[in-house]
Amino acid sequence: MFDTLSDRLQAALGGLRGKGRLDEETVSKAMREIRLALLEADVNVEVAREFTATVKERALGEDVSRSLSPAQQVVKIVHEELTRLLGAGDSRLVFGKPPTVILLAGLQGSGKTTAAAKLALHLRREGKRPALVACDLQRPAAVEQLEQLGRQIQVPVYALDRVDPVAAARAGVDAARREGYDVAILDTAGRLHVDEALMDELERVAAATKPLNVLLVLDAMTGQEAVNVALAFQERVAFDGVVLTKLDGDARGGAALSVKAVTGKPVKLASTGEKLDQLEVFHPDRMASRILGMGDVLTLIEKAEAAVEADEQAELERRLRAGEFTFDDFLASSKMLRRMGPLQGIVKMIPGLGRQLQGMDVDERQLARVEAIILSMTPQERRMPHIITMQRRRRIAAGSGTSLDEVNKLMAARKQMAKMMKQLGKGRLG
Amino acid sequence: MSVSWAELLGDEPTAADEPERVGVFARLRDSLAKSRRALAAELQAAAFDPGDAEAWERLEEALIRADVGVPATAELVRRIEARGGASSLEDALVEEVRGLFGEPPRLRLDGKPSVILVVGVNGTGKTTTIGKLALKLNQHGRSVLVGAADTFRAAAEEQLEEWARRAGADFVGSPRGADPAAVAFDAVEAGRARGKDVVIVDTAGRLHTQANLMAELAKIRRVIAGRCEGAPHETLLVIDATTGQNGLQQARLFADAVEVSGVVLTKLDGSARGGVAIAIAYELGLPVTLVGLGEGIDDLRPFDAGDFARALVAG
Ligand SMILES: Nc1nc2c(ncn2[C@@H]2O[C@H](COP(=O)(O)OP(=O)(O)O)[C@@H](O)[C@H]2O)c(=O)[nH]1
Ligand SMILES: [Mg+2]
Repeated sequence: MFDTLSDRLQAALGGLRGKGRLDEETVSKAMREIRLALLEADVNVEVAREFTATVKERALGEDVSRSLSPAQQVVKIVHEELTRLLGAGDSRLVFGKPPTVILLAGLQGSGKTTAAAKLALHLRREGKRPALVACDLQRPAAVEQLEQLGRQIQVPVYALDRVDPVAAARAGVDAARREGYDVAILDTAGRLHVDEALMDELERVAAATKPLNVLLVLDAMTGQEAVNVALAFQERVAFDGVVLTKLDGDARGGAALSVKAVTGKPVKLASTGEKLDQLEVFHPDRMASRILGMGDVLTLIEKAEAAVEADEQAELERRLRAGEFTFDDFLASSKMLRRMGPLQGIVKMIPGLGRQLQGMDVDERQLARVEAIILSMTPQERRMPHIITMQRRRRIAAGSGTSLDEVNKLMAARKQMAKMMKQLGKGRLG
Repeated sequence: MSVSWAELLGDEPTAADEPERVGVFARLRDSLAKSRRALAAELQAAAFDPGDAEAWERLEEALIRADVGVPATAELVRRIEARGGASSLEDALVEEVRGLFGEPPRLRLDGKPSVILVVGVNGTGKTTTIGKLALKLNQHGRSVLVGAADTFRAAAEEQLEEWARRAGADFVGSPRGADPAAVAFDAVEAGRARGKDVVIVDTAGRLHTQANLMAELAKIRRVIAGRCEGAPHETLLVIDATTGQNGLQQARLFADAVEVSGVVLTKLDGSARGGVAIAIAYELGLPVTLVGLGEGIDDLRPFDAGDFARALVAG
């Protein structure tokens, strides 16, 4: 098994550079690999077939640029096409005469309730006055869940009817209007797209509240059925876009492509964690990389940039460019890493590293030990790691309550990091 | 032909089991899309021509469409090819899938109390499954206590408490934010003190990629094991049948963390076939024990590999 699609294509097509034009044989071979990669990423069979057919047409006869191998050239074309397809359509929400109604719908367990609360928080932070309306009267304690979340983010929750979801929706929107809220977010019960009665009920909720935005909440882990699910929901409530959830996991998320391809509706928001502020705008180019299994360098860099204060960053960058990477930098970057959120997420986004580190524990406690070791060094030692002799290492281990082995490992890791940072500093960050 | 509850629990068969033996997947078949009918007819045809490349391709595609995944599909097709064309494709498929899953499932509940730990990613149906399972155990003469060790999700406790009420099971709760391992401990203690036959521990949904939460789960398991000989007797991983190939990764990492003993495949009442369970059985050797067929308290069945295989490619 090859790690990435790029590797796989490289193996199938060979690494020759500038081979003139992409010929039929090369492209066909490449498309077989692309199709397999898409299937492994849970892209629907038909969608994968159609997509590869389109890409094949474009790729045939294209000049191979002199700096790329045919494999790289194909990846570039596939990535561009995927990004274009995923990105088409307007990803903004629509606002009208208050209250703007936003209806969330989807299968059971897709993450609607959490998404509703996240969206409310997100809109409140943008200066809107959102209210939540509880219309999931099906699942035990669903209303309580929404009420608790509403309290956490200080957004009112209307649960005005405990029997009829249509009545609950209508009353909730009316109450939001009366009390001066400008957005009403409707959390509905999870339902199977093949459940006639419940799909009918959803249609009636929509008819009663006239939502300006209907959002399909879709679990990023969804398999081949995503297509049927999306088509059924589209037929009943003509959703305007998708909220893609559980993207903090390691699912490749091909379902997003399937849904886009068959309904034409864009992903509008991405949910990336259980914390209520973990809702992001959707980046088609990153999703394309993810589906193809090519890592996500851009997200990594952007997250890093957002988390690092500007001056710290400038200083770190200067040092990186200079090829320095002391333990002071190590300490600073470890703190920045913490600010960026769960380490696993970050690590996964570095191409090639995700697989390698799988199962390895890069948890926060580990970071704390690392910091303890560094804090047990003298300022001079931190600045000039090469002066740390065996004797000093023993002292540091004792001082930090760790073992010599751990100190040694950290010494080695710093060297490794210095090398990596230098590359990043020169290449992509610079 | 289906597996009965009595068989699953290792009991003598009773008359009460009979109705469940017929048409377990009947509802599934009702909801099947038209586009698949032609394929079904072809698969059921008395014999097929092993030389017909297109027939093989269609079989492959049907399996991929059912979320079986590329490697497990290739393996199944290879095995069916190796048999030659003596039987119908469907019969061959059913036999191979049966072979893959091995012996019919059993719940090993020989402890006093027996402890069942229920784990999985967010929203797969853990709490609902516990409610359904508690009722079934109750109906088969086991007294049950459920413990709410999901101390993270809002209103998770209230949800399980409601299911416990419906199932007639004892309930041990917890304040939100409490240490889940401590709650699991309390539940096992209470089960023992009250002389319960089975203690089922619910846990918070967590993504298998969250190392700290997986460590927390391992701790819950350790605490249970330390409290009760042989426990947990079953560790059930709940997987949503709508899940694609990520299900395999879920199974891999949950198995690493807590020694999963069986899979519960939920939401098979939709149109998803849950084929990833085949990939899981093929790559990890994990059996499926139970299937969820709806949101009602009666919508839980012992897994039957033959039924499952037929529904996999059925019209
Ligand atoms: N249709 C269907 N829905 C199910 C099934 N099992 C659970 N659910 C629903 O899936 C959603 C999540 O279930 P829950 O038990 O809360 O999941 P948990 O987060 O894993 O505990 C709820 O809306 C359940 O009613 C099933 O077999 N079929
Ligand atoms: Mg739960």
